[in-house]
Amino acid sequence: MKYIDEYRDRDIAQKLVARIASRTRHPWVLMEICGGQTHTIMRYGLDELLPRGIELVHGPGCPVCVTPLEMIDKAVALASRPDVTLVSYGDMLRVPGSQSDLLRVKARGGDIRVVYSPMEAVRIAKANPQRQIVFFAIGFETTAPANAMAVWEAKRLGLSNFSALVSHVIVPPAIRLLLAQPGVRVQGFIAPGHVCTVMGCSEYEELVSEFHVPIVIGGFEPVDLLEAVLMLVEQLENGSAELQNQYVRSVSRSGNVPAQAIMQAVFEVCDRKWRGIGCIAQSGYRLRPEFAAFDAEQLFGLEEGGVEEPAECISALVLQGRKKPPDCAAFGVRCTAENPLGAPMVSAEGACAAYYQYRRHAIVH
Amino acid sequence: MSNVTSFPLACPLPLTTCDRVLLAHGSGGKLSAELTAQIFLPAFHNAALARLDDQAIVNLNGCRVAFTTDSFVVKPLFFPGGDIGSLAVHGTVNDLAMGGAQPLYLSAGFIIEEGLPIDTLRRVVSSLRDAAAAANVQVVTGDTKVVEKGSADGLFINTSGIGIVPDGIELSADKAQAGDVVLLSGAIGEHGICIMAQREGLEFETTLTSDSAALHTLVAAMLTVPGRIRCMRDPTRGGLSSTLNEIAARSQVGIELEEATIPIRAEVQGACEMLGLDPLYVANEGKLVAIVEPGIAEPMLRAMRAHPLGQYAQIIGTVTHKHPGLVIMRSTLGTTRIVDMLTGDQLPRIC
Repeated sequence: MKYIDEYRDRDIAQKLVARIASRTRHPWVLMEICGGQTHTIMRYGLDELLPRGIELVHGPGCPVCVTPLEMIDKAVALASRPDVTLVSYGDMLRVPGSQSDLLRVKARGGDIRVVYSPMEAVRIAKANPQRQIVFFAIGFETTAPANAMAVWEAKRLGLSNFSALVSHVIVPPAIRLLLAQPGVRVQGFIAPGHVCTVMGCSEYEELVSEFHVPIVIGGFEPVDLLEAVLMLVEQLENGSAELQNQYVRSVSRSGNVPAQAIMQAVFEVCDRKWRGIGCIAQSGYRLRPEFAAFDAEQLFGLEEGGVEEPAECISALVLQGRKKPPDCAAFGVRCTAENPLGAPMVSAEGACAAYYQYRRHAIVH
Repeated sequence: MSNVTSFPLACPLPLTTCDRVLLAHGSGGKLSAELTAQIFLPAFHNAALARLDDQAIVNLNGCRVAFTTDSFVVKPLFFPGGDIGSLAVHGTVNDLAMGGAQPLYLSAGFIIEEGLPIDTLRRVVSSLRDAAAAANVQVVTGDTKVVEKGSADGLFINTSGIGIVPDGIELSADKAQAGDVVLLSGAIGEHGICIMAQREGLEFETTLTSDSAALHTLVAAMLTVPGRIRCMRDPTRGGLSSTLNEIAARSQVGIELEEATIPIRAEVQGACEMLGLDPLYVANEGKLVAIVEPGIAEPMLRAMRAHPLGQYAQIIGTVTHKHPGLVIMRSTLGTTRIVDMLTGDQLPRIC
């Protein structure tokens, strides 16, 4: 298939692996930020192809994983109301809150719809004026423009039965947090190609100059990721720290300007709690005051619940790349895809889930 | 500069128990298997059921009779390449054929929602009749129930079927052995993607049609090849991966697949890329997997390819004594990964 096969091509991959091996003289720790990239690395076993000295650690870029427990509980509470239809992206349905998940609410009669596009939620609101339609607006800068567009469109149409439960997160503050930790191991980053497709390159240039760390904006296919690793290794071996763009077929310098404009019109930056990490200043989006009428939290008077999270899993360390899933004693034993203990095991893009799904045969506790 | 105000080793409570049936209990994956093992098997325990194959084989006065039942709840009722009527014949005929049986007679039970247009019912029944005639089976008994509006989704059909298993044929998922070869009769994922393309809110244009077909003549052709077929399965709900995982678990063997050999049409691949799905988990209604003894793989492949429903058949892997119960795939890059059974429904990914 065009635009797919050539990026999964064995010969091209092998050539890249050989070039990486020939350029590597020192051990390097690299982090891919995005869960989609982690998924590809595990699915294709890219870490097995790399020279021993290159260690890939996995970043916090799984939007499902980092959505806070309180927010899942709010979605569960809303979906349990008889007057509400909750509209969500599919993989949020399985994420456990403190008491239940959305799949279980659905089984109890909750009206929950899975969509691919938030505009579909607007259509559902238009078609069902007697019901309150709440869209669960989560994700990074990738989903934010379309989610913003849905709110914008609902306002334009004058819909009084549409609202959004917003829990957006932003990538650069999380990278900044990781780099500011004492004893940080990561020496180079593969930045999330689709986030950069929207946001462009400037935020990552700032990170490079602030921390003198090489960053390569990478795609999501095996050849993309191997090429990104090669670019990082070459920079690290040369002692340079620059922003490079491997994912040129999608990412431009300025990004998607109309998408940025709609985000800025609808959202403003706020502090946001990340599940498994904690509150990161200025790391999320919320609705601007002029869109308050579409804010489900205000509309339904949802209160901030201080939910206690018991601790066996090491998701905080996994989401920061300080530990790998197999380092956890619960991995594959008390924590499985069927019964996840922690958020990174829940979503297909979570690092633990990727190891469990593709690699658990090689991991023995 | 970012600031961490709290830094917990956070972890959510696990949801280990279900006190309600979830949609995923019907997806053909791990939850379906759990429901069977925990609720149904203890209640009805007997030797024929314990085989857990697509059909039971019972001995009636010296005659080996294959017996199976299947319910059809497809939505929409009509889809490119078939409808609920033809599907109800193909599904049950295939469940019989996978046991090596010659399908003979079917029952058909109709659960109809109040308000269904009579013309719709007429079209479905006529399609069911034509499919039965084409498969050379007779519908010899039936039942009709009408339920209140909202109690069913238009129309559900249950078909049961019986057939005769010729002497000397013993096909079962617990018979795979190390060294055996895995064959697949054609490209995967066509039925599932075709249905998904019709669903409300997800409509996308595709020329794909469902692969719904009765496979018993292909099976008959395969049974003429000298040598032993260990087991046959049609990978319906849960897709190819769930079927192979069931075989690996029942036979306590490992299965090793070669990714490059698994036929997938570009339309299916493209739709799966777009929707964030893995074709290995997408349903088929006209494909079969056969595990055969090593020496007959090539003649079996030729026999399959000589049949219209097997013309794109491939050898896709081998059975091994290593990693019993696991299905492993060698990727196009030469690395290996687990092909797991479906956990819950395949849910579209956010990005």
